[in-house]
Amino acid sequence: MAALPHSTPYDESQLLAICERFKHEPGPLLQVLHAVQDCLGHVPTEAVPRIAEALNLSRAEIHGVISFYHYFRQRPVGRHVLQICRAESCQAMGSRTLESHAQESLGIDFHETSADGQFTLLPVYCLGNCACSPSVRIADATFGHVDCAAFDRLIADLSADSEGDA
Amino acid sequence: MAQHKIFVPRDTTSCALGAESLAERLGQLIAVDGLPLQLVRNGSRGLYWLEPLLEIDDGESRWAYGPLCESKLEELVAARFWENPGAHPSCLGKTEDIPYLRDQQRITFARVGVIDPLSVAAYREAGGFRGLDKALTMQAADIVAEIRDSGLRGRGGAAFPTGIKWQTVLDTPAPQKYVVCNADEGDSGTYSDRMLMEGDPMALIEGMIIAGLAVGADRGYIYLREEYPLTRLLLDEALEAARREGYLGERICDSDHDFEIELRLGAGAYICGEETAMLESLEGKRGEVRAKPPLPAVAGLFAQPSIINNVISLASVPGILADGAVEYQAYGVGRSRGTLPFQLAGNLRQAGLVELAFGNTLRSLLEDFGAGSRSGRPLRAVQVGGPLGAYLPESQWDTPLDYEAFQAIGAMLGHGGIVAFDDTVDMSLQARFSMEFCALESCGKCTPCRIGSTRGVELIDRIRDGREIEQNTALLLELCDTMEHGSLCAMGGLTPYPVRSAVRYFSADFEPGAGNT
Ligand SMILES: Cc1cc2nc3c(=O)[nH]c(=O)nc-3n(C[C@H](O)[C@H](O)[C@H](O)COP(=O)(O)O)c2cc1C
Ligand code: SF4
Ligand code: FES
Repeated sequence: MAALPHSTPYDESQLLAICERFKHEPGPLLQVLHAVQDCLGHVPTEAVPRIAEALNLSRAEIHGVISFYHYFRQRPVGRHVLQICRAESCQAMGSRTLESHAQESLGIDFHETSADGQFTLLPVYCLGNCACSPSVRIADATFGHVDCAAFDRLIADLSADSEGDA
Repeated sequence: MAQHKIFVPRDTTSCALGAESLAERLGQLIAVDGLPLQLVRNGSRGLYWLEPLLEIDDGESRWAYGPLCESKLEELVAARFWENPGAHPSCLGKTEDIPYLRDQQRITFARVGVIDPLSVAAYREAGGFRGLDKALTMQAADIVAEIRDSGLRGRGGAAFPTGIKWQTVLDTPAPQKYVVCNADEGDSGTYSDRMLMEGDPMALIEGMIIAGLAVGADRGYIYLREEYPLTRLLLDEALEAARREGYLGERICDSDHDFEIELRLGAGAYICGEETAMLESLEGKRGEVRAKPPLPAVAGLFAQPSIINNVISLASVPGILADGAVEYQAYGVGRSRGTLPFQLAGNLRQAGLVELAFGNTLRSLLEDFGAGSRSGRPLRAVQVGGPLGAYLPESQWDTPLDYEAFQAIGAMLGHGGIVAFDDTVDMSLQARFSMEFCALESCGKCTPCRIGSTRGVELIDRIRDGREIEQNTALLLELCDTMEHGSLCAMGGLTPYPVRSAVRYFSADFEPGAGNT
């Protein structure tokens, strides 16, 4: 896969600084992975041996942890990560229709990134926003009452933003 | 000129409904026009169908306006509504007179939506830290006894008596003990932990400090799910404020006790809400469930004795210490003492947080508080207690809301989530989702959970396709038994509950031709 335009280049010194920051704390691996993903958008494969060395863990252990948690990813994502809640309260308010609509209109499945690198679609299981289901999260913002029309407006806003930046 | 306080919530759902831009606009208006108003960001009252809810304090009462959009706000400001706050035609009256709020028993949520959650002074003024003041003068064993006598049971789902857990930690000698707050709130349809952490985080902090005093622990961890970014921000600020005021750190409140709290984030794994998986995760490992014994109270985080409690359990502690176990005991029925913050979700007109003493009925929550379905269609199924809870048909809605009564009908109250579905729901699809979710979130340690759940999805697919329905339904129920009895934890052990309830109460949805409607 070609590098996506929005992934931050891998910078080893940054990575080592993160490891340095956490390595004296008890059980630091999740914190390190969070910091790496915050920084780079994902946890690059080439980072694993470095983290292993710095934290005195085996590579297998680190792979094991990354693969266990849905949140950590080893591949770059698009410019905007959209999470659609698939859990029960949102189901009761039409999230299944929303899911299909999102997949169709963006032309991607869950866990995929649109060809232009703009959108990555992820499932999520409850955002604690169940009083106004269906819910969607984009970066650190949570949205409620997201029917198909509201979803289209969100996408239009994000697309307009992206064009403004370009 | 007298300043009026104006409250606009900073709470995930309120912001999802527009509170953030409303607050921004109000801030501009105040600054530009020099209005005699002071903007305070509070938590949410939990009357979510009225959010964004703006309140104005005239010195005596708080008056409610909502749901408010920017243009309505501008109208109010143009009318100088602060000069006579209750008189404007769009005013909903005094907030506390709104029946939805008036008819609750807000104990744990007494301050949520009322005060500025990041102000230690506001917290103190509203009765906060009275419990801690008292605890600092008590023997550890007496604090534990007070919690035991209150009858408080864990609000995270399993309803285990909190006092007994604390006693075990107190009785286990160790160089280091921990207080771990379970803020993973993975159950769908629940948001009370989030609301409390966003609206009254000091109550959680105070509860954790008291827990530390009770068992001799000087370190606390909050394990917060990653899905709550605003909560994280607010908690961080609240912890910093508590630290600045001497409630955290060395020699807290000028006593001989130290206590520090660290916030750590989950990474999107439902199973990490299970307490031993959470410990593994806090230790930086895969979130695999540990076999018990040893109990976490004996060998928990980093193999040290640890209190693990849900957010609401811990936030209930300060009030119990401040007002006494007897007062708390007075609420509730049978062995379910105190209150539970129910969370109304799904297809309801008035979704929101309803804190009530145990003993009311589900029907009252759905009808009196929830005001029926949002879609206008008849309600048909209600899932209580998160994704591992049973689906209940109308015939069960008069069951009293208490732990034992729910257990008796093969259901559970769990963390108090109530998700309502109207008559368009397809219950075989809901049962399928329960199995699918279990397959997705299983930690993989035991076969009935890991493999059984995938098998369950296949069986339900066959039934939905109309293939050998009777036989496959029998197999499905057998599989449910195997999962229930052969699983190490409640993930595999309780997934059969929603599945069985769907088959039992909504059998029509498993009949030929029903699947694809
Ligand atoms: C699969 C599974 C998920 C759970 N998720 C949570 C959760 O998100 N939050 C929580 O407080 N308890 C959760 N629990 C319950 C915890 O294991 C534990 O009972 C609780 O944290 C103890 O605190 P309490 O006694 O104050 O309720 C979960 C249990 C299981 C089996
Ligand atoms: S029941 Fe499932 S989640 Fe629980 S320990 Fe077994 S495999 Fe893990
Ligand atoms: S179930 Fe979708 S936000 Fe809770």
